[in-house]
Amino acid sequence: MKKLLSASVLLLALPLSLPLSAKVTEFKLDNGLKVIVKQDHRAPVVVSQVWYKVGSSYEPKGITGISHALEHMMFKGTEKLGPGEFSRTISALGGSENAFTSRDYTAYFETIAVEHLERALELEADRMRNLVLDTGEFAKEIDVVKEERRLRTEDKPSGSVFEQFNAVAWRASPYRNPVIGWMGDLENMTVEDLADWYRQWYAPNNATLVVVGDVEPNAVLAMAERHFGPLAPSEIPKLKPPAEPQQAGETCVDVKMPARQPFLIMGYKTPVVGQAKESWEPYALYVLSSVLDGGSSARLARELVRGSGIAASAGASYSAYARLSNMFILSGTPTDGHSVAEVEKALRDAIARLREELIGEAELKRVVTQTVASKVFESDSLFYQAMEIGTLETVGLDWRLADKEIEALKAVTPEQVREVARRYLIDENLTVAVLTPLPIDGKKPRGTAVSGVHHGS
Amino acid sequence: MAAKHIGIGLVLLAFVTFAQAGPKVQSWQTDTGAKVMFVAAPDLPMVDVRIVFNAGSARDGDLPGLAKFTNAMLSEGAGDWDADALALRVEERGIQLGNGSLRDMAWVSVRSLVEPDVLEVALETVAAVMAEPTFDTEAIARVRQQMQVALRSSLQSPSGIAKRRFFQTLYADHPYAHDPGGDQQSLTAITRDDMVRFHRRYYVGENAVIAIVGAVDRAGAERIAHRVTADLARGDAAPRLPAVPTVSAGELRESFPSSQTHIYVGQGGMARHDPDYFALYVGNHVLGGGALVSTLGEEVRNKRGLSYSVYSYFSPMQVDGPFLMVAQTKNERADEALKVMRETLARFVERGPSEQELEDAKRNLIGGFPLRIASNAKIVEYLAMMGFYDYPLNYLDTVTDKLAAVNVEQVRDAFSRRINALTGIAVIVGG
Repeated sequence: MKKLLSASVLLLALPLSLPLSAKVTEFKLDNGLKVIVKQDHRAPVVVSQVWYKVGSSYEPKGITGISHALEHMMFKGTEKLGPGEFSRTISALGGSENAFTSRDYTAYFETIAVEHLERALELEADRMRNLVLDTGEFAKEIDVVKEERRLRTEDKPSGSVFEQFNAVAWRASPYRNPVIGWMGDLENMTVEDLADWYRQWYAPNNATLVVVGDVEPNAVLAMAERHFGPLAPSEIPKLKPPAEPQQAGETCVDVKMPARQPFLIMGYKTPVVGQAKESWEPYALYVLSSVLDGGSSARLARELVRGSGIAASAGASYSAYARLSNMFILSGTPTDGHSVAEVEKALRDAIARLREELIGEAELKRVVTQTVASKVFESDSLFYQAMEIGTLETVGLDWRLADKEIEALKAVTPEQVREVARRYLIDENLTVAVLTPLPIDGKKPRGTAVSGVHHGS
Repeated sequence: MAAKHIGIGLVLLAFVTFAQAGPKVQSWQTDTGAKVMFVAAPDLPMVDVRIVFNAGSARDGDLPGLAKFTNAMLSEGAGDWDADALALRVEERGIQLGNGSLRDMAWVSVRSLVEPDVLEVALETVAAVMAEPTFDTEAIARVRQQMQVALRSSLQSPSGIAKRRFFQTLYADHPYAHDPGGDQQSLTAITRDDMVRFHRRYYVGENAVIAIVGAVDRAGAERIAHRVTADLARGDAAPRLPAVPTVSAGELRESFPSSQTHIYVGQGGMARHDPDYFALYVGNHVLGGGALVSTLGEEVRNKRGLSYSVYSYFSPMQVDGPFLMVAQTKNERADEALKVMRETLARFVERGPSEQELEDAKRNLIGGFPLRIASNAKIVEYLAMMGFYDYPLNYLDTVTDKLAAVNVEQVRDAFSRRINALTGIAVIVGG
């Protein structure tokens, strides 16, 4: 065991006293498991999360969705526990637990009274290495996963459009595949595929344990040593670096399915923290997204939803933390009497203006103030605090970045915001997906989305 | 992000439970007639205020959607500020303003740092939003459009349709029957006068509960309560709602071009303060209330792989809210899923839970108490609920004992008296 760091982190730079000086401590076990503990002593509870560096962006062709399917099977028993026993044990301790899979990570969590933390860690350590993948259980659970896919994607217009959007936007990046996997891949997935996937990625040296709550770091470390310490590390596969080629023109996809409400998504490929040419770029993009959509006073609400009134809703989002290059996303829903094309034009105009004009100092100040306040508000949630640490660690960054955000945002200038718009928010870099509703009433195509794709502008 | 279960958070609000010693709740009345519920939370330099009115869609009258429309207009201009100015003055200070409404409640909420000048702007704005909304005609036209878009969006999902049909069928001409979002006809018909009248009637001190959680002391909380309600008009609390009609069995099938069929099975459930509340609540936790552990989950999902999300709940309201079982499965297996759900319920009603099942459910509910109040955001919602439904201030300290006291015979007895597994309403929407 080696103690890497113990730092007292002040959450924000406000002229306020902060009685909760949030303390984060980081350890690493000899087998490579990273343990990060954040103290929050407001209530006698704790959130425990185990994060694995594996998700849909790690999946090769043919087995998309396997990380998520494996996540489901992690509740189906180990050498010691029967199917469902993990959940029943945590439940009977008054805890709640679940898991989530994304492009870059798979994570398992328990929220539980602090005196039961050790039992939760014991169970997590057990299923890190001793999962039993039973053929019969898998046959039923993969049906559940297919039902989940039908619920989230097949029958959900926004889900279908987003899936098609990603599939055409990315030529090579694994971000083109849905986290839940393509239905055809789910049909052909076997329990042996899952066993291989589990062997490759589920090991202490590919995981981070994050514990936030009413705990003392050394006590958590001792528990982690007891339960995770004996687990052997593995050789973790090295992924080839992703090579998304430069897009050479706009891409559009028109998704037709039974629906009542048209809408569109637009995405520009953008860099993320850790991979940008210049380190300020992701922060400038974040400011830009907040200038457009940082609340009801931001430009899209003020100009498209109120102002011209052509959009019932319009939004912009950008995530600076990801393993691979990501997209800056715009979306909009037209009001009656206005078309998706009008909303698209208005969104393009809003972007064009950012390429041409400098944002106002007041807009910049508003974004920083909102972020400073949000940091305080977010510390009300144990779960959010753990998510932030886990995400940063698992996409290959450092949890300390969360505490440098304010500083980084304060350093962003209007010129930098205009510069990232000019560099990245350009038509050559753009993908547009539109939902064209087919009638719902009467006998119409059922279920699957019909889509036409064309590349180039 | 795809999660294993979507159950978390789904029904927590409907079933607030506390146990052991909860946070210390203080309560008083403002001089404008509003009830205040306060918990001091000194650790974070922030304050949450949530003001709840008995002004949900149960008060819509002949105009479905009126309550929600009125509530949505509050943040579209108030006092001297139009929508732009209002949004800017809160957001440039990092304040978060919210509003919303359901069948029973309508609310306005605000989250602010405790810095005095920031908090003052937050409170001043909330006071104006509640007391002096402008109901600007352009803003009305805009919100009308947004509500129509929301209505269409809900009608493009089989679950949205199924839920609407379920309530319409169960509640017939009761005010709970229609969807809070209204219908196409009423959304066109609602006028500015309707909203002004609704606001004048229901957004009054006597009809309000103010929940406050944050880094202020009692005196500070009294100032906050006074500040946000000082301008509220005086009036009367909303009258009692009519009793819920008795609806016999029925099965309603509607075709929808989807790959899954959504199933809603249920009947009338219970109201707040129902004498069977704890027996039904704990019993349902065994049947289908536990997020990852329940009899329905075992039968429908784990044993048969029929459904991703399957659960049951009671939604206790001012008068009897529904009891509902929900699942969705591919069209080919819809009849099988419906049969399993009905049989599972029938067996549960007949036999009740086993000793072990009941014990585990109680341990989950009692042991999980600290988690349910582990943040200011959660506490403020619970305070608002307690104030709205007139729970005693020591409620938090009594619930553990009440949960612990529930036994198998009480659950079996309550379910057999209250839930008729052979009747009830089934709404089935899919391809």
